[in-house]
Amino acid sequence: MDFAFTEEHEELRQTVRRFLEDKSDEQAVRGLMATDRGYSEELWSQMAEQMALQGMVVPEQYGGNGFGPVELSIVMEEMGRALFCAPYLSTAVFAVNALVLAGSEEAKSELLAPIAAGQSVTTVAYVEDGDWDVASVSMKAEKDGEAYRLTGTKSYVLDGHIADTILVLARAGGELGLFRVEGGADNLKRELLPTLDTTRKLASLEFTGTHATRVDSGGDQTDALAKAVTRTIIALAAEQAGGTRRCLDESTEFAKTRMQFGRAIGSFQAIKHRCADMLVEAEFSKSAAFHAAFRAAESTDEAEVRAAAHIAKSYCSEAFFNTTAETIQVHGGMGFTWEHVAHLFFKRAKSSSTMFGDPVEHREQLATQLGI
Amino acid sequence: MAQVEMSGKDLRGRVQALLKEAHPDQVDQFTFRGKQWDHGLAMVHFPEGLGGLGLNPKMQGIVNDEIRKNAKTFYEDLNINPIGIGMGAPVVLTYGTEEMKKTLIKRIFTGEDIWCQLFSEPSAGSDVAGLSSRAVRDGDDWVVNGQKVWTTLAHVSKWGMLVSRTDPDVPKHKGMSYFLLDMEAPGVDVRPLYQITGEAEFNEVFLNDVRIPNERMLGAEGDGWKVAITTLMNERTALGGGSGRKGGGPIGTLMNLWKENSSKHSNASKAVLRDHITQLYIKSELLRFTSQRARAAAKSGNPGPEGSVGKLAQAELYKKVWECGLDVIGSDSLIYEPGYELKRPEAAEKHTPLTYAKYQFLRSRANSIEGGTSEIMRNILGERVLGLPGEPRVDKDIAWKDVPRG
Repeated sequence: MDFAFTEEHEELRQTVRRFLEDKSDEQAVRGLMATDRGYSEELWSQMAEQMALQGMVVPEQYGGNGFGPVELSIVMEEMGRALFCAPYLSTAVFAVNALVLAGSEEAKSELLAPIAAGQSVTTVAYVEDGDWDVASVSMKAEKDGEAYRLTGTKSYVLDGHIADTILVLARAGGELGLFRVEGGADNLKRELLPTLDTTRKLASLEFTGTHATRVDSGGDQTDALAKAVTRTIIALAAEQAGGTRRCLDESTEFAKTRMQFGRAIGSFQAIKHRCADMLVEAEFSKSAAFHAAFRAAESTDEAEVRAAAHIAKSYCSEAFFNTTAETIQVHGGMGFTWEHVAHLFFKRAKSSSTMFGDPVEHREQLATQLGI
Repeated sequence: MAQVEMSGKDLRGRVQALLKEAHPDQVDQFTFRGKQWDHGLAMVHFPEGLGGLGLNPKMQGIVNDEIRKNAKTFYEDLNINPIGIGMGAPVVLTYGTEEMKKTLIKRIFTGEDIWCQLFSEPSAGSDVAGLSSRAVRDGDDWVVNGQKVWTTLAHVSKWGMLVSRTDPDVPKHKGMSYFLLDMEAPGVDVRPLYQITGEAEFNEVFLNDVRIPNERMLGAEGDGWKVAITTLMNERTALGGGSGRKGGGPIGTLMNLWKENSSKHSNASKAVLRDHITQLYIKSELLRFTSQRARAAAKSGNPGPEGSVGKLAQAELYKKVWECGLDVIGSDSLIYEPGYELKRPEAAEKHTPLTYAKYQFLRSRANSIEGGTSEIMRNILGERVLGLPGEPRVDKDIAWKDVPRG
């Protein structure tokens, strides 16, 4: 049933929140966003050893926790709140889902355990020319003995510049398959992109006859990989909902303590009503994100899960962006400075809205599904 | 109120006993609901002898389900006497004399006496506590003068819950008292209030030297606000919360209208309207999910802010849905078939989906005004949920008579 949160869910949330408050405060975020790597390897290991967060949705037989989308979304919501800098979305969310849903038995056995143990950064490279639809992938995989050679460019690859393992979507014949490339492979040029949101790193990957092995379960993987993208979107929506709530809290706290004209500015309706509208957006975002997570966990009807993901990505993206924009406004001049945290969320909001399909695109797909 | 324990099975057994004695398909409303009252199955959380059994209020659902299962006729409280059952009965139970409880509550439940609420005044909308109708003591009576407005059902009511100023020399919240007003008393003049839709759902009530016996004051003299607050809280929970099923309610009507009218639009306006409708669909679903989430949280004993955003979100959403409805209808929205001749809603012609959308375009403007304006709701969310400081109150510590009015 939707929204049937348990005590264990609440414990998980509290544990993750404490860990992030302790290890990923604003100073830590600012430190990491200024580096090329974009994350702390030490913290990445600790996260796996102490809390096994990378293995949240890795099945138990492959060394993970075997949890589902709801638990993953709780973790992502907290990470969004903390603006946590780590290759979590690429590795623990996208790559794990791609392997679990499309990977061969051999690939799952080999690749999932190191992820769960915090010993790997694995990413998925699929977007070409800014099209986030899995079915649009056109990169060719040419057979070369038992292996393949990949040629072409993948853009906006999450953590692509540092990943030790890259799962590439490419076509062998007409079939969409999943191909494994080593991060340090020959004939692979990796370029860190100068991103709008520096807390999340993106790279451009240029393949020029790069050696690859096919790691999917055989046959066309369009449906399986689309499912993996849908689940990644659902987790990302929870991250957005967490960021939205954090910005509301920042704005409210500031409005209580900032004095102008002899009163706290939060006593003015012009500010108070903005905060109230942000509260509605934060609550709706949480409903959208977790409705989708519960559907992904419980529904056997993929169309229903997809519709829930469209709702979540469309709504949570816009609500997060609005809330961060309002947060700058509520903070006035301070909100425009580098020193204040507001711009970090503002940039995160816009880029997480754009990646994996923007709100208009998701509404277009939902409208088609609903026959609007 | 101490709660009595009773199993669902025992309770269903009592419903069966009631149905044996009086069956809603065979006797009239007053008879059946009178018997339901006698069996303590009217409002199970009320005390024994007063229509209840002292049970948890949730147990009423078991009674209603059992009646629905065994009869074609089912009387919804909201259709019978919404204000009487929702607000009148609880206020009499809490503040009324034993005599009132015995004589009034049963007739509220059966629907023999319809009730209305006389709070709002032309000069006191959001600031109800600033109201200026006056009640002056004269012997054993109070004599009331003033005007009330937005009074639902006043034209068919036997009793009104009236709040009036009894002491203008103290700050506004402290100078009001709460009365039960006999709507048939001399000097009570009820007139239909002609509204934007051409209908009169509400009334204006003029009070000219109306005499109310002192024993019909509920609570102590000066406690009117405290008594009124209890009934207002019931009103707000009754509004907001979203429609029960997927694609139901206003958004369902809008999507049907779109199916019938989309071919009339150019490609450019089709693309824009399609996205707009999808946005409204998403928000309608989120309103529904958020109220589901609020129910789940309340059940687990962990209620959060999700429960308080419904009224504001719903009011603002529904206005947008019906605005879009007219855009979807297109040129035909120039026509308003029902016309604007003054009529009571019950006398209005039955709507087609098309005229319903046009009617709601007008009616929904009230969504963000009635039961607390959206501005007041935002204040409540800001202050009570987020903990932001209130506006400075210029009328708080001065006598009501010295507060500027206009």
